[in-house]
Amino acid sequence: MIRLEKRPQPSRAWSYATPVLAVVITMIAGGILFAFLGKDPFLAIKTIFYDPLLGEFAWYYRGQLLVKAGPLILIAIGLSLGFRAGIWNIGAEGQYIMGAIFGAAVGLAFYPMEARWLIFPLMVIAGALGGFLWAMIPAILKTRFNTNEILVSLLLVYVAEQFLASMALGALRNPEGSGFPGSRNLQQYPAAANTELIAGTGMHWGVVAAFIAVIAAYVLLKRHMLGYQIRLTGESPRAARFAGVRPNLLIIFCMGISGALAGLAGLFEVAGPAGQISIDFNSGYGFTAIIVAFLGRLHPVGILLAGLLLALTYIGGEAAQANLGLPAAAIQAFQGMLLFFLLAVDVLTNYRIRLRRTEAA
Amino acid sequence: MAETLLSIEGLRKAYPGVVANDDVSFSIAPGEVHALLGENGAGKSTLVKMIYGLVRPDSGRMLMKGQPYEPATPHAARAAGVAMVFQHFSLFEALNVAENVALGMEDPPKQRELAARIREVSETYGLPLDPGRLVGDLSAGERQRVEIIRCLLQDPKLLIMDEPTSVLTPQEVDILFETLRKLQAEGTSILYISHKLEEIRTLCDGATILRLGKVVGTCDPKESSAREMAEMMVGQTLHTPSREEKPLGDVVLDLTALSLRSANPFGTSLKEIDLQVHAGEVLGIGGVAGNGQDELLAALSGEALSPAEAVKLNGQPVGQLGPNARRRLGLLAAPEERLGHAAAPDMSLTENALLTGAIREELVSNGFLKWPAAKSFAEKIIERFDVRTPGPANAARSLSGGNLQKFVVGREILQRPICLVVNQPTWGVDASAAAAIRQALLDLAAEGAALVVISQDLDELMEISDRFAALNEGRLSPTRPAKGLTVDEIGLMMGGAHDMEVAHVDA
Repeated sequence: MIRLEKRPQPSRAWSYATPVLAVVITMIAGGILFAFLGKDPFLAIKTIFYDPLLGEFAWYYRGQLLVKAGPLILIAIGLSLGFRAGIWNIGAEGQYIMGAIFGAAVGLAFYPMEARWLIFPLMVIAGALGGFLWAMIPAILKTRFNTNEILVSLLLVYVAEQFLASMALGALRNPEGSGFPGSRNLQQYPAAANTELIAGTGMHWGVVAAFIAVIAAYVLLKRHMLGYQIRLTGESPRAARFAGVRPNLLIIFCMGISGALAGLAGLFEVAGPAGQISIDFNSGYGFTAIIVAFLGRLHPVGILLAGLLLALTYIGGEAAQANLGLPAAAIQAFQGMLLFFLLAVDVLTNYRIRLRRTEAA
Repeated sequence: MAETLLSIEGLRKAYPGVVANDDVSFSIAPGEVHALLGENGAGKSTLVKMIYGLVRPDSGRMLMKGQPYEPATPHAARAAGVAMVFQHFSLFEALNVAENVALGMEDPPKQRELAARIREVSETYGLPLDPGRLVGDLSAGERQRVEIIRCLLQDPKLLIMDEPTSVLTPQEVDILFETLRKLQAEGTSILYISHKLEEIRTLCDGATILRLGKVVGTCDPKESSAREMAEMMVGQTLHTPSREEKPLGDVVLDLTALSLRSANPFGTSLKEIDLQVHAGEVLGIGGVAGNGQDELLAALSGEALSPAEAVKLNGQPVGQLGPNARRRLGLLAAPEERLGHAAAPDMSLTENALLTGAIREELVSNGFLKWPAAKSFAEKIIERFDVRTPGPANAARSLSGGNLQKFVVGREILQRPICLVVNQPTWGVDASAAAAIRQALLDLAAEGAALVVISQDLDELMEISDRFAALNEGRLSPTRPAKGLTVDEIGLMMGGAHDMEVAHVDA
């Protein structure tokens, strides 16, 4: 019989090794899945993981990598702070949408003014504010009425989606768009565009913000009292209360910061790669960021790496869809497996496996 | 009462790491109300779970009316005439009383018949209850009646009641006792679990006292004094105080009519606590576990807030201040639960030193942590209190209980408190470490700090206290100078009889 034995201390080595192990197991299980779908598993894995980085058309994919990884990392960093404290903001997707709407609305309100020094910063602030306010709904309901933030934040995603559709069809619709849904293209409005900073790299202001967030979160968790309180609350809520942590303030802070970062991600996306508010503007970054946060062990540097890895599976997945004809659902299942295996092997950090004969109960 | 209904012989049950019951034997006669008495963790619950078929004993045997009785499931136990009312109810709030009762029955009759039977039983036994009401609308006492009626409908020979009065008001307790006496008169035996001595003295015919899983004595509660039973429960003779009386310093900590509802629904609420602690003195607070010790500590540490004027430190109202504001003023606390309350299990000792030391040791500047300072504070605690560990980078949970206790108490003492509150300072600590902790507490008092020591170890309290009080069901007895306190008085203070009730307790 296999027995699990609790380690006296969490294993450092395993906490680094489990993400790698999870990726390897996912490749194996994913390969089996692809084989069942009648595709060559080795070719599929190579298409997903190898081609975008070093293959023939890598020059195109490499730029995409940062474009995809930027919002994932930015959102995941915010989520990880709350997750560490046991505050579960599952609705980053909704906050992402609201950030995009707020930011785009501010930008469009100034159209066609050309003062970029004024408009773009205002859009950034509005984007963060939109996400922040949307996250305050579950936060305040939780602190006031003890509602479950998982449920409230998740359901607000669907409210935000409806709001997005009504904006794309109504208030923000392009007046010169011959009645088609969707706003003006911000990419074509220089004062509001989130342009690529270095041509061909995919580097835009959202990616810069993601890198800054990684560094800030690292400093917060390692060196700041607030970061300590977040970690303490996650470890042991009762000890945190004893240490003087005010749980409600912490909920407001963690929900607010994750909402603001998700809103920022939405703003940079709408002003950059997406370009416009449209009915189907959101593409699941807010949900995938949850995987990124856990894959990165809720650690800022880990999240940076995990964000890049997930972006790779996105891009590689698209390539596999296009080149090999794999269904989109198979790629989503593949990404889901990654989180599943990560959580499964996570047990090795705190437990060691012992093989032993069954003892009489 | 020569015949016996249930007799238990040499029952033993061990869980990994702990023997919950060891060689437990006793017997219950028909129509007897038998008390099972013991502190929290003495093994009472395990024992009744074995009788009710929830847990199988490792060895030993039970006899019901002389026949072997080995219930494999609660179903089998009920078939043999054993019924149990649990401390935590299992009722559905969205269903009415009759529906809830029907859910627990093997073969429920029609709702109308059942409602009639519930009415009949509730009238016979003086348990007013309307079968049509929603359980969600009932008080805790009424919910308990639902559970009791559910049991009575099975016509049990033995009714087990696990701490039934912990959720009841005094009036409801009276009603319950009337019911139990009526059942007793009809020949039903009752196994009554409690650690409240006064209740047992009024209700029970016989008592078996458990401590650390073993039977340590039996007595007739009506003949024994509260003191004798308290002594048997805590397992030690109550020593007379050894501390010299000395003149009192200024009042440092002042509690006035402190009442506090427990945050935990099965906790004990504090009721009208008045207390003064003076500079340089050790105030010992005794009492059987679960009588409000945790709640008192929370009210003093700042984890539970109270009206501002109810808690005063050096004359300043602090009842509305949180833990850190109180630390700033010099009111420090060390809780009983080491892992998960006083310390975070998976964090290092350095991080745990920061947990309460951040403010008074100035380990934070502008919100940024001073890790080197926190580390040297942790090292100082480790060195001064002889904490056995490879170093401050080790996780708190890797330390033994005694070593972690030294760390936790040492962490507070080294912060030079004006007033220190400790709960169970030497629980689970070996003798030499316990002596070191006690000496450190006395030294702290000698330097002029006011100390509140909450403990279940009466020897310890008598050794270090200047004055003594006892918690009982959330109330604090009047404080007495520890010197000159007789053994009887200590027993009475713990056993629930306050001054006004002394008259009918034999010394």
